[in-house]
Amino acid sequence: MNDINTAGWRPSLGTIDGAALPDTVTGNRALDLQEPLLFEIGHADRSGVDFDDVEPDVLPTLPRRAARVDLPGLSEPECVRHYTRLSRQNYAIDLGLFPLGSCTMKHNPRLNEKVARMPGFAAVHPLQPQSSVRGALTVIAELADWLVRLTGMAAVAMSPKAGAHGELCGLMAIHAALDARGEGDTRRVILVPESAHGTNPATAAFAGFAVAGIPAGPDGRIDLAALLARLGSDVAGVMITNPNTCGLFERDIKTIADAVHAAGGYVYCDGANFNAIVGRVRPGDLGIDAMHINLHKTFSTPHGGGGPGSGPVVLSAALADYAPRPHVVGDETGVRLVEAAADLPQAFGRMCAFHGQMGMFTRALAYILTHGADGLRQVSDDAVLNANYVLASLRDVLDAPFAGSGPCMHEALFSDHGFAEGFSTLDLAKGLIDEGFHPMTVYFPLVVHGAMLIEPTETESRAALDQFLGAMRSLAVRARAGDPALRAAPRHAPRRRLDETLAARKPRLVWRG
Amino acid sequence: MRMLPLGAADRAAMLATIGAQAIDDLFVDVPAEAVLHGPIPGLPLHASERAVERHMAALSAQNLTAEQAPFFCGAGAYRHHIPASVDHLIQRGEFLTAYTPYQPEIAQGTLQVLFEFQTQVARLFGCDVANASLYDGSTACWEAIAMATRVTRRNRAVLSGGLHPHYAETAATMARFAGDDLCMLPTRAEADSDDAAVIAAIDGQTAAVVVQYPDVMGRIPDLAAIAAAAHAQGALLIAVVTEPVALGLIESPGALGADVVVGEGQALGVGLQFGGPYLGLFACSEKFLRQMPGRLCGETVDADGKRGFVLTLSTREQHIRREKATSNICTNSGLCALAFSIHLSLLGGSGLERMASISHSRAVATARALGAVAGVSVINHTWFNEFALRLPRPAADVVEALAARGILGGVPLSRLCPDRADLADVLLIAATECTDMHDIAALAAALGEVLA
Repeated sequence: MNDINTAGWRPSLGTIDGAALPDTVTGNRALDLQEPLLFEIGHADRSGVDFDDVEPDVLPTLPRRAARVDLPGLSEPECVRHYTRLSRQNYAIDLGLFPLGSCTMKHNPRLNEKVARMPGFAAVHPLQPQSSVRGALTVIAELADWLVRLTGMAAVAMSPKAGAHGELCGLMAIHAALDARGEGDTRRVILVPESAHGTNPATAAFAGFAVAGIPAGPDGRIDLAALLARLGSDVAGVMITNPNTCGLFERDIKTIADAVHAAGGYVYCDGANFNAIVGRVRPGDLGIDAMHINLHKTFSTPHGGGGPGSGPVVLSAALADYAPRPHVVGDETGVRLVEAAADLPQAFGRMCAFHGQMGMFTRALAYILTHGADGLRQVSDDAVLNANYVLASLRDVLDAPFAGSGPCMHEALFSDHGFAEGFSTLDLAKGLIDEGFHPMTVYFPLVVHGAMLIEPTETESRAALDQFLGAMRSLAVRARAGDPALRAAPRHAPRRRLDETLAARKPRLVWRG
Repeated sequence: MRMLPLGAADRAAMLATIGAQAIDDLFVDVPAEAVLHGPIPGLPLHASERAVERHMAALSAQNLTAEQAPFFCGAGAYRHHIPASVDHLIQRGEFLTAYTPYQPEIAQGTLQVLFEFQTQVARLFGCDVANASLYDGSTACWEAIAMATRVTRRNRAVLSGGLHPHYAETAATMARFAGDDLCMLPTRAEADSDDAAVIAAIDGQTAAVVVQYPDVMGRIPDLAAIAAAAHAQGALLIAVVTEPVALGLIESPGALGADVVVGEGQALGVGLQFGGPYLGLFACSEKFLRQMPGRLCGETVDADGKRGFVLTLSTREQHIRREKATSNICTNSGLCALAFSIHLSLLGGSGLERMASISHSRAVATARALGAVAGVSVINHTWFNEFALRLPRPAADVVEALAARGILGGVPLSRLCPDRADLADVLLIAATECTDMHDIAALAAALGEVLA
């Protein structure tokens, strides 16, 4: 029996030793709210949408379906709660640092959201008469002009819908140019460095090429001698990522481009890492023939949980005429959309329906106008500065395989070398989750064992970086010492480690009750 | 600059930590001839939020919007009412500013949404399984053809003339580089879809038959008959749905024998947006699971046995398989999939049926009113919410004249088939639940004036 409690403590709750939290009736814990599936809470005859009172007038010739589509409905309050609760189980840039290497997770300005929703952009149809959408076409033309000037290229194809779609566009332009030269059947090989994003070889294959790998040298850059030795009359071109996936600038890029051109090939650059050099270096000055620009990376259009992206492709004079339909053309008579094949005889075809990711164009243009030429240069300065600060601050506790060869660009690469037996990059990454951060890109690029690729972006303040670095140093020490608790991480996330093997072995992709 | 938190003192201190004298020291690997020593000349400098907003608002104001004008455009992009809660929810930062759920422990929100989305799409299309979305309907259509060539080990596809010409051109472009053989039937302005021509074109080398449902002129092909003919030759039937609201009234393609059903999800939750971003839908029979393109979300359990969701079957994908992947696709259309899923959750099966029924009824009323205009005839035998008119004059001129009167009066078929002089007099008209009787009366009156 307890004495009278004068301190305000309630002995009826039992002792609080911190070891285990009591279960709750609901499974929820205060603001940590579990949410069932839509199919477990919705009803077939419930709806959160009211319609005008219209008497249906159905054509007798219309073939009617046998039964209503089996889809649960929610009232509006149920719907808002369902998705609001789900949203709280996501990490996001709005919550904190998101250092996913090669993904450029920077702040998404809310002005861009407001602009994209202006009715003249959001509520216009892609096939309205051109006279009724002059402003929308001007947005595309203005953005196209910025992209051409920022890259020092001759033209830009605006319609590709994401980075990988842009890669496809660039390689098809190269293929079309080779066809026009009568070498489409003989130049069938695209050279791709081992460190490339997986999209590069996949794209080359879909564009009708064979892929040959180029090894990386010991400094994390392309092995120049190996590349030069492979050039020949069967090579259509190279696909290079610059800055590359090790976060390094390819110093020999100009030499490579000149040699590839001399050998009759073209140079495709994966522009995923453009944030490192925007406003500071123009790819056109490096001899690039085609490069996609991920508007959702460099120009801040929101990643949205995995898209939509947008991947305009800038093209050199040698490839400009092969750009796919449609083209947005601006001249003294105004801006217009050229869609007909007869008006663009050399265009290699069409990448998709309509004219591209307009909703991303408005956001990217607002971002570019916000920053201007000076602000964009400061973006790459700060992005590169932040990455080098991370590299310099962690080198004594984490293996940085290429740090000896000079500064990195916008991302810093580390390996799992030196971790205790049985401890992996995955353990450190999951430990970061418990510290309140999204992990970095892990196990990519493939050329480094247990790779950890950290891209802080210019969005982070020094204080935010210092907090992250404190967590990283602690985790690195624990991984090297072999702290067993690290292998149980995460413990504080909405879920602990998930069984991915089970998901793949017995795929359950839809709810069946 | 308001987006950049570092100040001069921060930058100096950080350079000191790095051991560099100046920021230029970090760019030493850039070839000297490519170094720019200041902002790129001739481009504007940074601007205030208000200045940017004013610039963009001025451009927005130059467009005639679906909110201002009686509106009848369709042809692959439809204007439906989007409940306010949809846009509110997709703007929650936890959805908007997250990325592909590579770390499932802190992405269960996005992953559960994708699992629910896949289930909704599979049920809507009448298929076993669906993926987590593709870029848009046209690219989803090509991905389906590519999958059919892998599954059947054949490389010929028959494309109905009722397939949206942009979809057909996209497929033709891809086929040119992939080395596939497309049999593309011509667009025909007749009362019924080209089912007989499609069936006649199927042979023993055909991997896939591609049929839009309803087709680009709003006609409704007999999918069951085409499926039977395709299956008899060992080919797959790919049904393409550009107006998913139609499935509130007409049968799901999977139930009629389609092996793969792809579509454009824009009509639900996404909005017009001048053509993008849109939402590629992809569903199929479970037996093609390991040949599917794009991201897949699957159910599993965590270390405590709690239900959770992960991206799965990634051994199909480019980051593992590289040049042997089923597709080069890296992202999906996540935020558009979320908007689609929320809108469909609000509607439910009953709401979808009601929305479809009103859209159809408005299209019936529109056809009656326009068919009564002198010189105008309705081409279709039947339709859902879109139909074709034959006009006594080139439709492109008529549409321009209507726009000058503040009416967005449909899409001339010549916009999609610019090289087909014989289709110049065909106008595509769509109606939805947003079309009211005043809009219909305004279009009928204006059309009468323009043609007078």
